[in-house]
Amino acid sequence: MRKKELLKGNYAIAKAAVEAGCQSYFAYPITPQSEIGEYLSSEMPKLGRAYVSAESEVAAISMLLGAGSTGVKAMTSSSSCAVALMQEGLSFIAGDEIPCVLVSVMRAGPGLGYIYPSQGDYFQTTKGGGNGDYKIITFAPSSVQECIDLTYKCFYVSQKYRTPVCLLADGMLGQMMEPAVIGEYPYEEIDQSGWALDGAKNREARHIASIEREQETLRQRVEKIFEKYNKILENENIFEKYETEGAKLIITAFGSIARIAKAAVKLARKNGLKVGLFRPILLNPFPEETVAEIAEKAEVILDIELNCGQMLQDIKASIAGKVKIPVKFYGRPAGVMMTVEEIYKQIENCYREITEKKYGTACI
Amino acid sequence: MEQLVYKKPDSIRDDFKITFCPGCDHGVAVRLVAEVLDELGVRENTIGIASVGCSVFSYDFFNVDIVEAQHGRSMAVATGVKRSKPDKIVFTYQGDGDLASIGIAETIHAMTRGEKVTAICINNTTYGMTGGQAGPTTLLGQVTTTTTQGRRADINGYPIKISELLKEIEGTAYVARVTLDSPQAVVNAKKCIKKAFEAQIKGLGTGFVEILATCPTNWKMTPQQAHERVRGEMSDVFKPGIYKDKVSEAK
Repeated sequence: MRKKELLKGNYAIAKAAVEAGCQSYFAYPITPQSEIGEYLSSEMPKLGRAYVSAESEVAAISMLLGAGSTGVKAMTSSSSCAVALMQEGLSFIAGDEIPCVLVSVMRAGPGLGYIYPSQGDYFQTTKGGGNGDYKIITFAPSSVQECIDLTYKCFYVSQKYRTPVCLLADGMLGQMMEPAVIGEYPYEEIDQSGWALDGAKNREARHIASIEREQETLRQRVEKIFEKYNKILENENIFEKYETEGAKLIITAFGSIARIAKAAVKLARKNGLKVGLFRPILLNPFPEETVAEIAEKAEVILDIELNCGQMLQDIKASIAGKVKIPVKFYGRPAGVMMTVEEIYKQIENCYREITEKKYGTACI
Repeated sequence: MEQLVYKKPDSIRDDFKITFCPGCDHGVAVRLVAEVLDELGVRENTIGIASVGCSVFSYDFFNVDIVEAQHGRSMAVATGVKRSKPDKIVFTYQGDGDLASIGIAETIHAMTRGEKVTAICINNTTYGMTGGQAGPTTLLGQVTTTTTQGRRADINGYPIKISELLKEIEGTAYVARVTLDSPQAVVNAKKCIKKAFEAQIKGLGTGFVEILATCPTNWKMTPQQAHERVRGEMSDVFKPGIYKDKVSEAK
């Protein structure tokens, strides 16, 4: 039995990467995730694995592309304005169908913003800043334990489907400490020898490239990649539903804000309000059908995020044309974390509107 | 009686499709790299990096595993490959725009780390694939589609001297600049390319060869005139020679 340890989120992610068999790690420091690189800089060489302090995030993501093309488990970690620098590489990696993991620990933006926790890079991660049609598969943890479990999941999904996968955390999760267990890597190892580059010995030479001269072949390739995204949604869609049965008001939230929202929902239930929480963990591809199903019996959705309304767009799109209920939003740009009491107040306000059948104004 | 005078290297694909313009030096450079891989017996253990530009379709002619890099990022991609598979022979094949303009940071830092890889750079003083714009190595006075009155130092700055710059980096083990304008030059270029791979194989550091190459299409010259230019004004500014050789020192 492995013991619970008091772990900081960033160290938990780094330790989980080692446990998952990450062979190569490349990164450039940025707060609030620098502990990941600090830990791996000492641990990876001890294990005969690769740690390279890249000269920039542009280089780090390119190193990741190279490492991933050999089939090894490879990872980089970064934050917000530096993940912005990786968008070119991510587009290539997605087009190349190279497996690898990006840990993105969000801080406040735009620009340098500051190191406060934020959810302002939901769009950056799920809508992408790179060119072309592609998706970065995204999982969002809301506890240190999930930082570990989802790091494992990211490596597994990336290798199983040959695709870049992002663990989308934030400064709060990266910096907070709580008890968690670094369990064993729970997934089967996926054989990469059928496509990875390791020298053309006793076989035809292989190449990995995003460029494609034939129009029809290019179209087919991108379509094939999108079929893969459908499979990922079908097979890997994980989420948390809390007290959604019979709930009149559904709170939607992801990541660190979701655990605060959950505490507020608990309080509301205690006080007799029929409120439930839906927390998508797979954020991209977005589980639209799951949201629509949950919304079916509700009267109002209240989306809560630490940004100006990003996942909100996906929640609205999920129910559009299926469920006719108002989607309200409570959020703000990063800077001050939300409290349970604050969210509870928003729940109360929304709930009052439900009982009074007044859905006019937004809760914000 | 039949006599074999030339054999296609195994490191060139049987179904190779050369995507370069007629008269361009790329074809000779590719053949030399392929012959070196054959002679060193490393073809089956090699991973190449295709860069953006005229060399992007490297996998159409090199018979080795190839991964495509984003524009300028070849040396970072090579780092990722080599660090993950240290027993592989890793090389990049890049143009001067890729290596010395958009990718200069990746180039300098990979070499500063002394990555055990080999970089081959085709310097033709222009952006060939996009139609002959001024690049980092465009000579003063050279007419291109973006320096229609000739490159001026006060407006466009100076041509970058790649080999002179890279020889100063402690992590490079071999740095040479060669031409392909005569049979002797081609023989010499091949020797230098081999040394640049030996630098990697012996674990001495990064091996680098800059090849002064022709671009008859964009220079609007015949192949002969283009080689005259390499011999003349290009070699005057970019002096061919061996700038650093830790391989011979190590022997």
